[in-house]
Amino acid sequence: MGVEHPPLLFTTLGRLESWARANSLWPAQFGLACCAIEMMATAASRFDLARFGAEVMRASPRQADVMIVAGRVCQKMAPVLRELYDQMPEPKWVIAMGVCASNGGVFQNYAVVQGVDRIVPVDVYTPGCPPTPEGLIEGVLQLQKKIRSGGRPLAPAMPQPTEVAGA
Amino acid sequence: MTELLAALREAFPDVACSVALGQAELTVPRERIRDVARELRARGFRLLLDITAVDRMGERPRFEVVYHLYHLELSDWLRLKVRVDSERPELPSVTGIFPAANWPERECYDMFGIRFTGHPDLRRILMPDDWEGHPLRKDYPLPGLRPLPPLVHPQPEGG
Repeated sequence: MGVEHPPLLFTTLGRLESWARANSLWPAQFGLACCAIEMMATAASRFDLARFGAEVMRASPRQADVMIVAGRVCQKMAPVLRELYDQMPEPKWVIAMGVCASNGGVFQNYAVVQGVDRIVPVDVYTPGCPPTPEGLIEGVLQLQKKIRSGGRPLAPAMPQPTEVAGA
Repeated sequence: MTELLAALREAFPDVACSVALGQAELTVPRERIRDVARELRARGFRLLLDITAVDRMGERPRFEVVYHLYHLELSDWLRLKVRVDSERPELPSVTGIFPAANWPERECYDMFGIRFTGHPDLRRILMPDDWEGHPLRKDYPLPGLRPLPPLVHPQPEGG
């Protein structure tokens, strides 16, 4: 049957993959300021991010696939943020939590990066100063929606072995 | 306070000594800062609380470096001021007398560009090492000197 309808089989697998990824997000905690307090509350018992499968906060980027940038990023932190993002395995997503991570917020000055979308690609912006736990959960749900709809590449953009051999 | 002021006037006859905002205040020329700091420490002002600066742009000399000292036995503060000009914004470091001066002097250098001669490690402390300018100077533009970097967008599907 798979030979007769290969596109159908492929789509189903892709959907299955997206579904699995969307329901098992492992956030890299990047708590930088007061937003981190709300992020902690989101993961704790009252709001319980585990209901949406994204409760496994990792302190290491190598074990995470979504980076929640919670707080303002100062200029000195910017290269560190980029390095941690680069260390995350593909596929990976970024949630800019709060207005500071989204566009600098009230800190329109030389010291604060005017939005982390100038350092890393941001998938979801969460408004608020800081966003409530419900706000962050909504951000996670939006990201899940995006992943389920295949908004990001399903496979990492890496050179295939055949291409390397042929080069 | 009055005894302290009398003692200070006796110790430093050539230094302006007053009381402002409930604190004793000494204004010393930059050549004498190390002598005065050493003498104050010997007289009981053993705790250096902070070193900062004020940019009085338009005045001459432009910068005012402010030291805050604390007397642990008398529970009293003392403010020490040195004026430096913008053509040669430097003065002797007091790290040899107060080891706690190390980081505040670095901060003062980072934010105002005031150089402390004799400092063991006068590098920027808050801003990145390759930063241009000194942000707390009054003529530093608030958004900074560099243009904003371009936006990074998420890769499109299949990219």
